[in-house]
Amino acid sequence: MESLRKILPFLKKYRWQMIIAIAAMMVLSITDLLVPRQMQTIIDQGIANLDNQVVIRSSLLMIGLTIISLILAFVNTIFSVTVSESFAADLRNKAFSQIQKFSFSNLDNLQTSELLVRLTSDINIVKRSIQMTMRILIRAPLMLIGSLFMSITTSPRLAMLILVLIPAILVLVWVFSSKARPLFKAVQQRLEKVNTVLHENIAGVRLVRSFVRGDHEKKRFAGVNEDLTQTRIKVNRLLSFLIPTLMLILNLGIVALFWFGGNMNIAGTITTGQIVAFSNYLLMTMFPIMLLGMILPQYYASIVSMERILEVIETEPTIVFPETSAEKITEGRVVYEDVGLDYDGDENEHQPVLRNVSFTAEPGQTVAILGATGSGKTSLVNLIPRLYDPTEGRVLIDGVDVREFSQAELRRNVTMALQNAVLFSGTVADSIRFGRPEASDEDVIAAAKAAQAHDFIMEKEDGYQSHVEQRGANFSGGQKQRLAIARALCVNPRILILDDSTSAVDVETEAEIQKALKKLMVNRTNFIVAQRISTVLAADKIIVLENGHISAEGTHETLIESSPTYQAIYHSQLGDGVEKAGELAIMEVQNA
Amino acid sequence: MHRGMSVGKRATQATNPVEGLKRLLTYLQPYRLQLLIVTVLVIISTALNVLNPYLIGLTIDRALLQLDLNELLRMVIILLSNYLLSWLLHVLYGQIMAETAQKAMRNMRQDLFDHMQKLSIGYYDKQQAGDLLSRLTNDMDAINQLLSQNFTSFIQSFSSLIGTLIMMFVLSLSLTLVALIVIPLSVIVTRMIMKRSRPAFQSLQKTLGGLNSLMEEDIGGQRVIIAYGQQGSSLKDFEKRNQTVREAGIKANILAGLMPPIMGLLGNFNVIVVVGVGAYLLIQGIGNVTVGLITSFSEYTRRFGRPLNQIANLFNTVMAALAGAERIFEVLDAEPEIVDCENAIRLESVEGRVKFEDVSFGYKEDTLVLHNIDFIAEPGKTIALVGPTGAGKTTIINLLSRFYDVDAGRILIDGNDLREVCQDDLRRQLGIVLQDTFLFADTVMENIRYGRLDATDEEVIQAAKLANADRFIRHLPEAYHTELSERGTNLSQGQRQLLSIARAVLADPAILILDEATSSVDTRTEVAIQKALLNLMSGRTSFVIAHRLSTIRNADQILVINEGELIERGKHERLLEEKGFYYNLYTSQFKGLSVEV
Repeated sequence: MESLRKILPFLKKYRWQMIIAIAAMMVLSITDLLVPRQMQTIIDQGIANLDNQVVIRSSLLMIGLTIISLILAFVNTIFSVTVSESFAADLRNKAFSQIQKFSFSNLDNLQTSELLVRLTSDINIVKRSIQMTMRILIRAPLMLIGSLFMSITTSPRLAMLILVLIPAILVLVWVFSSKARPLFKAVQQRLEKVNTVLHENIAGVRLVRSFVRGDHEKKRFAGVNEDLTQTRIKVNRLLSFLIPTLMLILNLGIVALFWFGGNMNIAGTITTGQIVAFSNYLLMTMFPIMLLGMILPQYYASIVSMERILEVIETEPTIVFPETSAEKITEGRVVYEDVGLDYDGDENEHQPVLRNVSFTAEPGQTVAILGATGSGKTSLVNLIPRLYDPTEGRVLIDGVDVREFSQAELRRNVTMALQNAVLFSGTVADSIRFGRPEASDEDVIAAAKAAQAHDFIMEKEDGYQSHVEQRGANFSGGQKQRLAIARALCVNPRILILDDSTSAVDVETEAEIQKALKKLMVNRTNFIVAQRISTVLAADKIIVLENGHISAEGTHETLIESSPTYQAIYHSQLGDGVEKAGELAIMEVQNA
Repeated sequence: MHRGMSVGKRATQATNPVEGLKRLLTYLQPYRLQLLIVTVLVIISTALNVLNPYLIGLTIDRALLQLDLNELLRMVIILLSNYLLSWLLHVLYGQIMAETAQKAMRNMRQDLFDHMQKLSIGYYDKQQAGDLLSRLTNDMDAINQLLSQNFTSFIQSFSSLIGTLIMMFVLSLSLTLVALIVIPLSVIVTRMIMKRSRPAFQSLQKTLGGLNSLMEEDIGGQRVIIAYGQQGSSLKDFEKRNQTVREAGIKANILAGLMPPIMGLLGNFNVIVVVGVGAYLLIQGIGNVTVGLITSFSEYTRRFGRPLNQIANLFNTVMAALAGAERIFEVLDAEPEIVDCENAIRLESVEGRVKFEDVSFGYKEDTLVLHNIDFIAEPGKTIALVGPTGAGKTTIINLLSRFYDVDAGRILIDGNDLREVCQDDLRRQLGIVLQDTFLFADTVMENIRYGRLDATDEEVIQAAKLANADRFIRHLPEAYHTELSERGTNLSQGQRQLLSIARAVLADPAILILDEATSSVDTRTEVAIQKALLNLMSGRTSFVIAHRLSTIRNADQILVINEGELIERGKHERLLEEKGFYYNLYTSQFKGLSVEV
């Protein structure tokens, strides 16, 4: 019920269209009610008095009434369709724009596929209910009242019949819905399980194949499939009772009408025409109630859907940026002051992701972050562009808390190439220009060259105008990462963050990228998260993270002396005799 | 060579509905007895329904107009029993159908899933995952609708159409002819509207498809949008497309929405004509027209329009369902490219000697990815594959796992051509750890156990310890019983790789394949894993792909691949001495540094 109330603001905009649609439907119900009256006139006056004039006049009147009905129905259709389609479009807009306000931690709690289902099929279900309400259901109470009125004026005594039938139908519908509701929910849950197994077997097909788990998966699927089947059978069995039983109640009413009406007719207190007209009104009275019974399941579904959509719309963005910021980022000095971060927010259970992190990155410096898997490297750099907010302490850029910058100011000056290189469809040039749509072609090419992407782009048939498929599916992992780096470089930010963004690039290419970055890095503060020691050797500052706190900080030269952790990492990669090869290479380059 | 199958073309209309229907019916074949019973019950209950207006007409003529109380009682009892019987039949066939339709659906879903298990990796590489999933869910839903609701409605409508027509003819030939005049009129109107509404719906489908794929892409890449602050432009694009969907939706649905009132008008018009003409005939005393006859006949006229309407509506949903069925059959018809040959050799266990003989291969017909690859991996030895991105290293692994078949040359395992070996047996000998780790929405325990389903909890934990995953698992909220899913759990990429290594450890394969298996694990952890893997590798043939050269220094043989060709091979030291491609690759690790120094 709560969710029904929340739909109203979305409909408010269309109140005039809705009023017209509903008004048309109201008038339509009245004209519909007048038709049986004319039938009664034909039988009682025309036929009984053998009066052709009455028959012709009543027939013409009925035709006139049906034509008016048609026009009203057209009006209703046009307005109700317009309202419901617009409502759906508005709801989609609202949900999508809300998603655009989400921060990373909002996204952690909502799966992509869930969001998509809510924006598509859930909105559709609600739309259909709205349309049904305006086109059919709104008619129900009107028809009920109108035909009740007409039947009472036709014969007050026979109208008593209807008073018995209505409660019978209401009880039936109530019993049914209390049984059906949990079953509908169960079907949705079982369906989700089936979809999960399907999804896993498509996404994880290599795993299933390489472990020869086809039979195991078939059995697993058979299990969830059978669950769904049995639940659906239960629902459909229940459903198959409802409609015939509603019809039976209605028909019992007709039988009773003929019995009691017939008796009255024989006693002379009622005419045959009245009985015929009354049976028409009886059908009309029962029709809306039956309709309600049949539509009810759909309403349950749409309430569930509306709740799911509202969940998206009502999700508060965990990070809200100030509209404008007085402060500007000029130099790019980054300071961490006693920063702590805990995603779950409950500190007792397990240790926080980051604790007591303090350090300074001077403008123009390159800061490398090194540490074990899960030590918090990504979490650390995520705080600078405010992808997450720290739970303790603060992060400052040029002396100002990042929380005081507007989003535009922050995005213009801080760019991060994410670990997962997701590309959008479009041309290669568009992909690189993504963060700065106004970048010139020269800027794009320069960025691509620095990211060592220029060569493979030029090998494509259409060069920078080549098409990038969704998710960059037509590029290899290494190529995608290089395009993602080019995209970051193209923004030309004051602060650049590369989060392990060369893991799929071979070492030689990576070295080329590093070299190119060197030239571009002059006036820029750089953060590099990396696994390879070769990537971090040249950094001005290396931060070694361990379980969420800084265990050592310094340059390669100082750390190799003082930090056992750093030494361990260094030797794990460049052990025995390797240094020699490295030194050789260095000498070669220096001599050249 | 033909290697492609048609990928994801989405038709909104079935191209060959009759064929689709036929195949759909094969799924009902096992339940033909039930369907026969349902059909008979539907026909009988419809016939009983069709009799109602006639009985009411009789009641009016014989009892009411004759003022005969006994006759009234008799008629009321007949009516009552008729209603009760038709209710009973209706409920009965509803119950049978509920079960039959769902079981047929279950069989179809299972068939589809089983077939998916047979399809080769090549199929999945070419299919869009989203498109495939949509076939299995949305299209399946349309068919479910068809079987569980439309089947009986169709029989009902059809038999009620025929029954009504018979009753009309029996009651009055002249009035029937009057009533039928309206039919051609309604056919013409229906056609006129359909002609306009079909293209409108097609354009709605198209714009909707565009909007959906935009949403899929944007929401899937939302983190990048956030990181680049592009929410505004993403929203602008969305609003533009959303607006076109709104307009297309209004147009198509208004056109479709005009249908019922028009059909209603024609139906009403028909009734009025019948009543008017009937009354005229009665007054003039032409034919045997009575008041009861007019009442029941007008009811039949009204009813006659209803099944026509229903069949017209059904036609649309049936066509939509058949279009869905066609897409599902497309999946079912996709031939697995790689199948076991007849009398495939069963491999109980292998020594692990792998030989590539002059192997060439390309994913597409005209572009080879590998040229004349030739090498031998002796049992128990470690082979490292090294080369730049896109050189063809993963392709070699794909061929060794027989995810694809070679175009030229052959691959031997213990002297047997891979193509002559039972696929399942082959893969049971392989333990593959991929760069893109995949985890199921299940507990950590079950995810590792996937490597060997009958492993005990202790064995799982042992494997996790070997893979160096035990420590972080114990830090998870519920340790080994933590549920993993896309949602909520914050496993890093490296941690996911550790789990998949534990899985391979548990599988205990004869041949171990590590394709960038530790790329996201930090080097110290990697060293520790390698110690464990080293134990594991002894007595096993191992293939290792890594960009990080530290990983491969100790390999027995290093194969350097560039642009699909095997250009250098040998041990680490020797390759360094050669000062060739490998040397350059290796020393380039330090070039970035050298500029600074």
